Amino acid sequence: MVEKTVPTQQEGQVRQSTETTRSEARYVAPPVDIYEENNRLVVAADLPGAEKDSITVDVKDGVLTLQAASKSHAVGNSMYAEFEFVNYYRQFELSETVDVDKITADYKHGVLQLNLPKAERAKTKKIAVNITP
Amino acid sequence: MTYRHPFYELDQLHNEIDRMFGSFFRPMEKNGRRSAFLPGVSARAYPKINLYDDVNNYYVEALAPGIDPTKLEVSITGGVLTLSGEKTAVPGGLKPEAFHRSERAAGRFIRTIELPNLVDANKIKAEYKNGILLITLPRAEESKPKAIAVKVS
Repeated sequence: MVEKTVPTQQEGQVRQSTETTRSEARYVAPPVDIYEENNRLVVAADLPGAEKDSITVDVKDGVLTLQAASKSHAVGNSMYAEFEFVNYYRQFELSETVDVDKITADYKHGVLQLNLPKAERAKTKKIAVNITP
Repeated sequence: MTYRHPFYELDQLHNEIDRMFGSFFRPMEKNGRRSAFLPGVSARAYPKINLYDDVNNYYVEALAPGIDPTKLEVSITGGVLTLSGEKTAVPGGLKPEAFHRSERAAGRFIRTIELPNLVDANKIKAEYKNGILLITLPRAEESKPKAIAVKVS
């Protein structure tokens, strides 16, 4: 899995960053864990403060894109701040061994978990060895 | 023009000035420069917090994604708020070579926060949503701004 730090440029498409006019939003790359487990690849990303509806996950031309927006529910005047609510954006290039149609996503307690099943042909198969005397 | 409490305004100004000089509201960790002789409190301040206030409440917002709410503890002693808990790592039993990336930290944490004023310990509310812990701390009666009527003699 290769990480894309800049949005990929498609054929014939004008290069455009995720920031557009009137968008004062700032983007950060959320920290992720990526691991293999039971013939699938799991991507877990910390997206604190993101509402479920603001999260978009898509795969286009083999590039997985995570996007989310977070906002505060606190009221009152800020007295002291160590973090701010930002938008999340990160892209990964998927290898051909991922079955794109069967990707599922769960969001719980600020963590997005994507399950990327391996394509049938990439799964490990055990071949029984027969001993012929 | 909306009416604002005169002392509240003054209080705000006071906060503003204090913030400028950085002396106001110092978390006990002092930005991580804490003596290693004191165990139990991590050198790195986790979770990160934001503090807000209004006339009736203080609000502490902590950035703590991926924590099981049953393992999250919030307690108050006097004017010191303590947040502790454990962020569990990915399911156990995984071999190190199964990882392509491991960027999310995990482990136990504790953080103490010195509150700027007295709060009503019995009415504190904590809510965990989308990985953000929001604690509402009502100001104690004596720390609420009070208007004093001026008599014309």
